[in-house]
Amino acid sequence: MSDTNVQRRQFLKTSVGAVAVAIAPGMLLFDMAHGKSEAVSSKVRWGMLIDTANCADGCNDCVTACNKENGLSGGLSPTDSQWMRKVELKDMRGGRTLSLPMMCQHCDEPPCVDVCPTGASFKRADGIVLVDKHLCIGCRYCMMACPYKARSFVHEPLHDQKPDVPRGKGTVESCTMCVHRVDKGQQPACAEACPNKSIIFGNLNDPESEISKKIRTVQSTQVRADLGLNTGIRYQGI
Amino acid sequence: MLKLFALLAALCLSASADATESYGMPKLDIGKGGQCVAEPQWMRKNHMKVLFQQRDETVHQGIRDGKYSLKNCIECHASLRDNSVIGRADSFCEGCHRYEAVKIDCFECHSSKRRSALVQKEH
Repeated sequence: MSDTNVQRRQFLKTSVGAVAVAIAPGMLLFDMAHGKSEAVSSKVRWGMLIDTANCADGCNDCVTACNKENGLSGGLSPTDSQWMRKVELKDMRGGRTLSLPMMCQHCDEPPCVDVCPTGASFKRADGIVLVDKHLCIGCRYCMMACPYKARSFVHEPLHDQKPDVPRGKGTVESCTMCVHRVDKGQQPACAEACPNKSIIFGNLNDPESEISKKIRTVQSTQVRADLGLNTGIRYQGI
Repeated sequence: MLKLFALLAALCLSASADATESYGMPKLDIGKGGQCVAEPQWMRKNHMKVLFQQRDETVHQGIRDGKYSLKNCIECHASLRDNSVIGRADSFCEGCHRYEAVKIDCFECHSSKRRSALVQKEH
């Protein structure tokens, strides 16, 4: 082998090494900064258990927190969006009163998804029912199909939306279980705001989670269980 | 003689700068600017495609750490004057879109404001 060839090989070897040394830390930093991109999976099913016995009559903290987190006006006119509302129930014979928050029940078999003509209304693999507003044409079939009256239509142009919660005229919207917070590992705003800790949020598929343990030990109800929708939101004490 | 050369050189430089302006290319307020996630010329041509692809992954699969996020665009490129990418003839998004006569739908729903500025205002 000629001397030039040896030199050339040596040069190539060292330059490959130098390039590797130059690139490797950058790649590491990029990975650290961006984390691992993973799609949500059906191993998780997010749900909530709401203890109506602890839910104080007249307390509206969860609704206020929801409005603040998602940039809703909080108005109560027929054209204002309401993602969550407090419902007062009264047994007319016994006189017992109950107060509970009502919102999207994040059904396992959501009627809103069945009727959507564009595929805008969908259930994420982890059980959160959402509207993809890029696809929503504002037909409002889902609003008619929902047994819980959980969805709202945006009638007017909006301004100053929250960066995490895009909302716009001509689309249907509802409780997202604060999906932007859940994806960061936080709790939904309502669960965090409840002064009596009446809203437990967690993974229904994990037998060791707080919510699963509680559902195993106390009696809980799905609203309109007769419809067989297998809701993600369960109520205790109704 | 030296002065003449300097003058000529200056003229040449200003002429090349004028050339882009004379086509009516928008002059943009690029905000903080800095290193973009991809080559700027490539981004001018392809930003809509990458944003579309990533938005579907984010909305449907919950992947929120992709590099082509609208929020990241705004974070760097919102004007330092009003923290927005729209609203003025030289705003980062609106400037080009006016020039190309392409309507931007994004900001009918998405916030056009720099997030860190909004967070500061709240506290």
